[in-house]
Amino acid sequence: MKILTEHIDVQGIETIDVFRKHGGYAAVEKALKKMTPDEVTEEVKKSGLRGRGGAGFPMGMKWSFLAKPEGIPRYLVCNADESEPGTFKDHYLMMKSPHTLIEGMIVSSYALGANTSYIYIRGELMYVATILEKAIQEARDKGLLGKNILGSGYDLDLHVQLGGGAYICGEETALLESLEGKRGNPRNKPPFPAVKGLWQCPTVVNNVESIAATSWIVNNGGDEYAKIGIGRSTGTKLISVSGHVRKPGVYELPLGITVEDFIYADEWCGGIRDGHKLKAVVAGGSSVPILPAELILKTTNGENRLMSYESLSDGGFATGTMLGSGGFVVMDETTCIVHNTLTFGRFYHHESCGQCSPCREGTGWMDKVLYRIEHGQGRQEDIDLLVDVAKKIEGNTICPLGDAAAWPVAAAIRHFRDEFEWHINHPEKATQKGAVFMREGASWSL
Amino acid sequence: MKVTIDNITIDVEPGTTIMNAARQIGPHIAPPAMCYYEPLKASGGKCRGCLVKVTAGSEKDPRPMPKLVPSCITQVQDGMIVENTINEQVLETRKGIVEFLLLNHPLDCPVCDQAGECHLQDFSFEHGVSKTRTVEERNTFEPVDLGPYIKLNMNRCILCYRCVYTADQITDGRVHGVMHRGDHAEISTYIEKAIDNDFSGNVIDVCPVGALTDKTYRFKSRVWFSKPEDASCSCGKCSGKVTLWYRGDEVIRVTARKNEWGEVKEFICNTCRFERKKTSDWTLEGPTKIARNSVISANKYGASTIKPAFPLQQAAEQYKKIDDSRDRSFLAPQKQLN
Repeated sequence: MKILTEHIDVQGIETIDVFRKHGGYAAVEKALKKMTPDEVTEEVKKSGLRGRGGAGFPMGMKWSFLAKPEGIPRYLVCNADESEPGTFKDHYLMMKSPHTLIEGMIVSSYALGANTSYIYIRGELMYVATILEKAIQEARDKGLLGKNILGSGYDLDLHVQLGGGAYICGEETALLESLEGKRGNPRNKPPFPAVKGLWQCPTVVNNVESIAATSWIVNNGGDEYAKIGIGRSTGTKLISVSGHVRKPGVYELPLGITVEDFIYADEWCGGIRDGHKLKAVVAGGSSVPILPAELILKTTNGENRLMSYESLSDGGFATGTMLGSGGFVVMDETTCIVHNTLTFGRFYHHESCGQCSPCREGTGWMDKVLYRIEHGQGRQEDIDLLVDVAKKIEGNTICPLGDAAAWPVAAAIRHFRDEFEWHINHPEKATQKGAVFMREGASWSL
Repeated sequence: MKVTIDNITIDVEPGTTIMNAARQIGPHIAPPAMCYYEPLKASGGKCRGCLVKVTAGSEKDPRPMPKLVPSCITQVQDGMIVENTINEQVLETRKGIVEFLLLNHPLDCPVCDQAGECHLQDFSFEHGVSKTRTVEERNTFEPVDLGPYIKLNMNRCILCYRCVYTADQITDGRVHGVMHRGDHAEISTYIEKAIDNDFSGNVIDVCPVGALTDKTYRFKSRVWFSKPEDASCSCGKCSGKVTLWYRGDEVIRVTARKNEWGEVKEFICNTCRFERKKTSDWTLEGPTKIARNSVISANKYGASTIKPAFPLQQAAEQYKKIDDSRDRSFLAPQKQLN
C-alpha cells in the first residue's frame, strides 16, 4: 500500500503535467470546490494521521488548537528542516516529487484558512529548494497558487525559505524565529505557535510527510486512511533505512508490519549484509534510544515488535524506543556502540543552540567524556557520570534537543554497559582500529 | 488568585509569574534568578535555575505538571500548588544546574571584580555541591574591550542574554549579540565593533556575573571594602539616581540603584556612570540599604543595614537576666604552668 510514493518513480513526475496525469492536484479541486475548510479538517481528524516529524502528535488535533481570531492572518509552515542523523525521507520525497508536497500544502492551508504559507527547508538542500521553487512556479502558472485558485475565491501564496544549516531550526519555535530572520533559538512555551507563532500570529507547523498525506486523505476520505495501519498508528510511514542492511533506502510501509519482516524480508531491507548479524537498531533517528537485537525484534512480553508508534514504545525507555521521525539505522556486530554514541554525542554538542544551560553545557560535557572513553582515557566513574548528566539534562531544557541528546547516551549505557566497561578496562585493546567488544553468548556474535 | 508555594498561600494578581508570587512571600522562598530580570521584557527561561515543581496545576485541574517548570515565566493559576525548596527533585536539579553553569566557568573569583556581588557565587553557595566531577579542559576565550568603558570576559559569561535584551530595549540600536552555538556561543560585537551608546554602561549592571565589567573600576577595590551611598544629580539624559561606591573619600564607582533582587529599575546614562566621579557632582541622600547577609555590609554601618525584625523581637521577648549564681571559680586566674 503506497500513498506518497505510488508514482515516485514515474519519469518526469517532478513536472506538473506528468503529476496531474497521475491524479495530481485532484485533492485541490475536490477540497476547494466541494468542501469547506472545516470538512477538510474533519477528514484529517478522522484519518488519525499523526505528525511524522518525530513526536507523533495527532495532526487533526494540532489543527483544531489553531486560534482563529478575526482580522489576524494565520500561517501554515511546512517543516522541511529534516536534519536528524539517519532521517532522509522528506528529502527524498521533495526531491523526486515536489508537487506531492505542494498539493498537500494547498489543501492544508485551505483547511486552516492560511493565505500565506512557507516551506522552511534546511540550507544544505539548496538544490531541493530549487526543485520546489520550480514546481511552485509551475503550479502558479496553472492557477493552482496565487489569487482566486481555480475560481474558488481562495488565495494562497507559497514561499520556500532556506535555513542556515542548523539542526535546532527543526524545532518548531526555533524554526519560526529563523523564518522571521532571527537567530534560531527555541522560544519558551507557552504561548504555543497555535496561538502566537510566526510574527506572533496563529501558526501551524507540520512535517513534510504529514502535509503530503493530507491530499490522499481528501481524495479518499479520512476513514479510508484510518483503515491502513494498526490501532492508533494509522496510515503509511516513510522509513529511511541506513546502515548494514542489504537494501538501504526510503521505504513507504503501512504501519503495523513486524520489525523482523521489515529488516529481513526481501520486499523491504532484505536482511543484514552477508556474513553478519544484527546487533542493534536505532529505530527513529539518532534521538531515540538504541535497542539491541533481542529487544527490537521482540518486546519483553515475547510479542513481535511492530513498526508502529505504540509497539516500538512498548516497555517505555527501559526496554522500548520510539518510532520518531523514521530514521532506521541498522547496525551489525562490527559496530562499536561506544563509538556510535560518541558520534551522536558530538552531533548534539555541535547542534545545541546554547540558550539554556543544561543543554549547552551538558551536551559538551557528555561529548568530552565519551571522547575520553572512546580514546582509552576513561575512568570507572565516567559511566555513572554520563548517566547522571543525561538525567540532569532530560526534561529540564527549553526544547526537546536536550532530551534528544540525553536519550541516546542513557540508552546506550542501559543496554550496552559492558561495552563501555570493556573500553575503560582494556584501553589498549579498545583503541585498536576496528576493535569491537563481543558479549559472551550474545545473539549477534558469529 | 490563590497560589501556595512551599505551604505558604498568597493572593496574587492574575498574570503573576510563580517567581513574582514567591518574591512577594519573601527572599527565603524566591527561587534563584540568573537570567530572569524583571525590568527586561522577554528575559528568563534560559538558565533553568528557577525550576520548580508544580504539584497541582490549578483548582480546576489539580493534576501535577509532568516536568519541572521555570518559575520566572510560568504564570500562576488559581489554586496552584508549587514546591520550591521543599522538593527533593527541585534541589537535586538545581545542583545539576550549578554544576552546568560552573562547568566552563574559570572560578577566578579571587581576581574577579564581581566577587561579592555575583549572582553565580550566591547561587552556587546556596544550591551547589562542594565537589567538582569534571576533569575536562574548560572552554576559554580571550578578554576583549567593548569600547572604552566595558571589558568583556567571556569565560565568566553564563549566556543569560540580559545584556542583549538591555541593548535591545533601552538603547537605540544593538551592536552586540550572541554568536555561534552551544558551548562555543559567545557575546560579541560583530567584528569587534565598539559599543558606543549613551546607555551602554547598563549592560554592566545587568550582568549577573563578572563577564561585563566597568573598565574605570577594574581591579580598584574589592566590593566589600567600598561603601555605597545613594546620590542623585539633575541629569538631562537619565533619572540621575545612582549609587556611589566610596573608598575613603574617593568615589571609585558609580552604578544604578539595585533593588533587593539585584535589579535596576531606573537605568542611568554613561555620563553619570563613567564621568561624574567627584562627590561635588552629586547630592548625597544617605547610605544605601544593604541586606544584612551581604558581604558588602560587613563591618560597615550598623544603622543602615536591613535587620530582620522577627529575630530581634524574639530576642527581646525571650531576654533573660544573666544568672550570677553560677560557680565562677573557673574565671579565677589560672596558675602559670612551669
